[in-house]
Amino acid sequence: MKVTTEWLAEFIAIDSSVEQLAERLTMAGLEVEHIQPAVPAICGVVSARITRTSPHPTADRLQLCEVDAGAFGRHLIICGAANARHDLMTILALPGARIADGKEVQKSTIRDVESAGMLCSAAEIGFGDDSMGILELDPATARGVELSTLVPLDDTIIEINVTPNRGDCQSVLGIARELSAIFDRPLSFQRVLSVAAETASTFSASLQAPDKCSCYVGRVIERVDASVATPLWLKERLRRCGVRSINVVVDITNYTMLALGQPMHAFDLKRLNGAIEVRDGRPNERLVLLDGTDLEFGEGSLVIADEKGPLALAGVMGGRASGVETSTTSVFLESAYFDPISLASTARRLNIQTDAAQRFERGVDPDGQARAVEFATRLLLDICGGAPGPTTEISEPGQRVAPRAIEFRLSHAAEVLGMSLDVNNVHRIFERLKCRIAGSLGAPIWSITPPSYRFDLIEEIDLIEEVARIRGYEMLPATRPHARTTLDRRASRVNIAAVMRDYLVADGYFEAITYSFIPSSWTGVFGDPTSRALELANPISQEMAVMRSSLWPGLLLAAQHNLNRQAGSVRLFEVGMVFEAQGNNVSQTVKLAGVAVGQADPKQWGTPPREVDFFDLKRTIDNLLTATRVHNIQFIPHLEAGLHPGQTAAILVNDKHAGMLGLLHPKIRNSLELQENIFLFEISLEALPTPLRTSFAPLSRYPQVRRDISIVVPEAVTADTVLATVRAADDGLLKDLQLFDVYRGQGIDSDKKSLALGLIFQASSSTLTDDRVEITIEKILDRLSRDLGGALRA
Amino acid sequence: MTGSAEFLLDQALAELMRVGTLAELDSTRIKYLGKKGLLTDLLKGLGRLPPDERPQEGGEINSAKQVLSDALFERRTALEEAAVTRDTKARIDVTLPGRGRGVGGLHPVTLALQRIEALFAQAGFEVVEGPEIEDDYHNFEALNIPAHHPARAMHDTFYFPNGTLLRTHTSPVQVRVMSERKPPLRIIAPGRVYRCDYDQTHSPMFHQVEGLFLDEQISMSDLKGILHDFLRAFFEDDSLQIRFRPSYFPFTEPSAEVDIKLSSAHGLSGWLEVLGCGMVHPRVLKNVGIDPGQYRGFAFGLGVERLAMLLYGVNDLRLFYENDLQFLQQFA
Repeated sequence: MKVTTEWLAEFIAIDSSVEQLAERLTMAGLEVEHIQPAVPAICGVVSARITRTSPHPTADRLQLCEVDAGAFGRHLIICGAANARHDLMTILALPGARIADGKEVQKSTIRDVESAGMLCSAAEIGFGDDSMGILELDPATARGVELSTLVPLDDTIIEINVTPNRGDCQSVLGIARELSAIFDRPLSFQRVLSVAAETASTFSASLQAPDKCSCYVGRVIERVDASVATPLWLKERLRRCGVRSINVVVDITNYTMLALGQPMHAFDLKRLNGAIEVRDGRPNERLVLLDGTDLEFGEGSLVIADEKGPLALAGVMGGRASGVETSTTSVFLESAYFDPISLASTARRLNIQTDAAQRFERGVDPDGQARAVEFATRLLLDICGGAPGPTTEISEPGQRVAPRAIEFRLSHAAEVLGMSLDVNNVHRIFERLKCRIAGSLGAPIWSITPPSYRFDLIEEIDLIEEVARIRGYEMLPATRPHARTTLDRRASRVNIAAVMRDYLVADGYFEAITYSFIPSSWTGVFGDPTSRALELANPISQEMAVMRSSLWPGLLLAAQHNLNRQAGSVRLFEVGMVFEAQGNNVSQTVKLAGVAVGQADPKQWGTPPREVDFFDLKRTIDNLLTATRVHNIQFIPHLEAGLHPGQTAAILVNDKHAGMLGLLHPKIRNSLELQENIFLFEISLEALPTPLRTSFAPLSRYPQVRRDISIVVPEAVTADTVLATVRAADDGLLKDLQLFDVYRGQGIDSDKKSLALGLIFQASSSTLTDDRVEITIEKILDRLSRDLGGALRA
Repeated sequence: MTGSAEFLLDQALAELMRVGTLAELDSTRIKYLGKKGLLTDLLKGLGRLPPDERPQEGGEINSAKQVLSDALFERRTALEEAAVTRDTKARIDVTLPGRGRGVGGLHPVTLALQRIEALFAQAGFEVVEGPEIEDDYHNFEALNIPAHHPARAMHDTFYFPNGTLLRTHTSPVQVRVMSERKPPLRIIAPGRVYRCDYDQTHSPMFHQVEGLFLDEQISMSDLKGILHDFLRAFFEDDSLQIRFRPSYFPFTEPSAEVDIKLSSAHGLSGWLEVLGCGMVHPRVLKNVGIDPGQYRGFAFGLGVERLAMLLYGVNDLRLFYENDLQFLQQFA
């Protein structure tokens, strides 16, 4: 919301600088976002009348204008504006004048004719950006009057971020009231005087939906000249507050809205038929709005209608057909109270935002309708002439919003705020806010009735906030709450996500944060084909349209981003929620996922370069899980959409699926326009068991014995099977088992491979003898031979 | 047999002179002094001598043993020292890079979150989490934001076709905790939130930390105190300028926005808004079945990216979600 200091001064006299004023407003909850001069620094421009025009002798588009600037003399000015004409009162800048672009005006010679200065457009004097023609002043303006006398130039625009609860602050009057309370200064604006009726003309109206419109004030004004130009000062006030000039009548209603906060509408009386009804919209009803939109608003919208149909979308926008134009001679002014909730729902449903709708949906003063009509009538008569009829008001008393008394306990306020409050001070604050206070100064409870425009004050806590706000939050002490001591048992537990994050960082991974929504083109690439992607109803773009069901798309896009920027290797992980729908059930689960691509280690001395592979990631996952005290881990071959069919494993923890690991399917890699092998992993944090406390096992004092054996087995036998077979054959001595080499080639049949195993034996109660170990090894070899066709490598 | 000991000793000492390694030294020792060594044997043969010769012969053998032992020890020491001298001759270039790979790093948003959590943990705040897909009740209704409330315009909400939504703030976690547990409550709820807004200074997804402190005697001044302490600790600046400014949130009253003024080193001037807070609105307490006559509390919502940007001097919000390694490596 924009107000200007010059306009505010009409309502209240504040002798503080604009900066101080802005600071106080901000600290009272009306956050000032910008302060800026209303007009750039200009000087030396005066009013002047064109007394004669003639074409430039050699330039077709230019005219020679003789102008009379009163005390500032008569001059010959060359002007290219199409509207420069005889008798026009306009703005002249003489040599030495400074105009809006900061330049100093000088005499100039255009094609052998000298121009003694320039005639100015609105843009050239900083009144907006209209540079289509020279400014047209009221013909009655005296010649040679400085512009600053015609329109205040020493003015500042204050832009305020009004919070949704402060509907009352959406006007110059509202801000002035607030300043009055903050500075404890009286308003100089008291009340709007009624304008007496000169005719008996009225136009009847009725309230068909009193819950949505409880008060409708109207007035007929006849013999209006709507063709007059809007006075420059009024137009400028509108512009400075961010409202465009339309025509004089509409400008006056907008001006009233800015001044008092009550939106108004003006109908062309001659275009109204029968009587006005304020009623609900009917099915299939449509209306062409002032902005040209042809809208089917339907049921649920409140409309202003006459016998022939809808005239305006109540409180939002008028209709084109019944609007005031320059040819209008009789107007019907409307000023109504519309229910904020129903208006907000209409505006949101139809997605129309207007200054009027914004004010109505935050609430206007329920007592302000007639006042606005009187205010607008006065202006209209002054500017356009005309004969007013009586002001008519229809209202539904039962539905009207009236302020109610609220109980206020000073002691309670002091407790909530945590500060001592002075009774006189608080009493005065309510007076400054124009509240009615019942109850003596010393009474424990006061009964406070806010003014009609403070409909946001409903309960005691609202009043407590007012006290704090007007006193100033800077008065609140900074204390420390008394809290009961607690020990959170969870501090003893392993925080799985935190441990995993730290491990991955130590392992060279960087944490990424990617959007939870992904491009719809990724739908179905990964994940369970039976589940449904969750699409947003109102996505920002197709790139952010679907909730991710896997962390991989985001990580792959991040990896691609880095690979395209010359990263030699990328290791990223993310911890976050993924979303899936099955039927009506939506699951939101936390996963940890990672991507690794490129060199296993940076190129370095003493180690041959190598690309990262499946088994690097497998070790990472083993360690990750071990770090969170998960021990029973298994990797089994697995088929997963989006991953390589022969290089993917499911991760089992305690025989339950807990994640996956594998190579990105070449087809998807190609679609990312990448050549590298990209490895992915994913762990469902919620599938992991609660980390168990370690249960200590006594240490054996007897020495370990290690035996290495090489076993030749058919290709199809997996390493896990071999290891499991060894373990199964153990008779209690095997302490540890390591697979440390895989060999294929010379000396081994082409359909076989040789696995080198390190077997570590230890007994808990004696020193092992070689003979004893041999017995166990024999059992193991027997079993390998019997179950897997394995043989000791020769 | 007289003279044998002397002869053996001379022989042993001569051998000792030729010994070049500890292993050779050991075999010499065993040859003469071992269980079946030559000098040991001599001593064993004493019994075959007449009794009157035994003491002298015995004395000679024992002294020969003693001399040899001392010589062995001396030689051993010399050999060991020579070996150490040889071993310490080797030189490496200690400035060559170490092997393996460097560490990675956590995302700056996580770092900021950990900082926030650690600070509030000291005051006994417990971390709780909630769903990101929420319903209208928890995200709006229970928080005193009924349908068509003008405040809904402040939340550009992402919806799903079935009417559920992406939470626009972490405040619904407050509602969930208050509905399930009884005061006193001291929680913080970190997490992702979503708003349908995307430009240079707005991201459709960002992180918030919601805080809630609910007990019998809590005041707005307590809120001010705890947030003062938090902000000064977070920015490690005891003279950080902080101001509380009245604002409006439907679920708190009185409500405040908190601005800070950083030292000029940050290159940012003027007041910067960092968080919103207030006393939990009595209507919110009623909505979750807590008696506002008995309990009061405060709530606050921190914008994590905002705090991280100020803490680290990051000037573009979008960098947080680009995951460029050049960016992430700076926080390693």
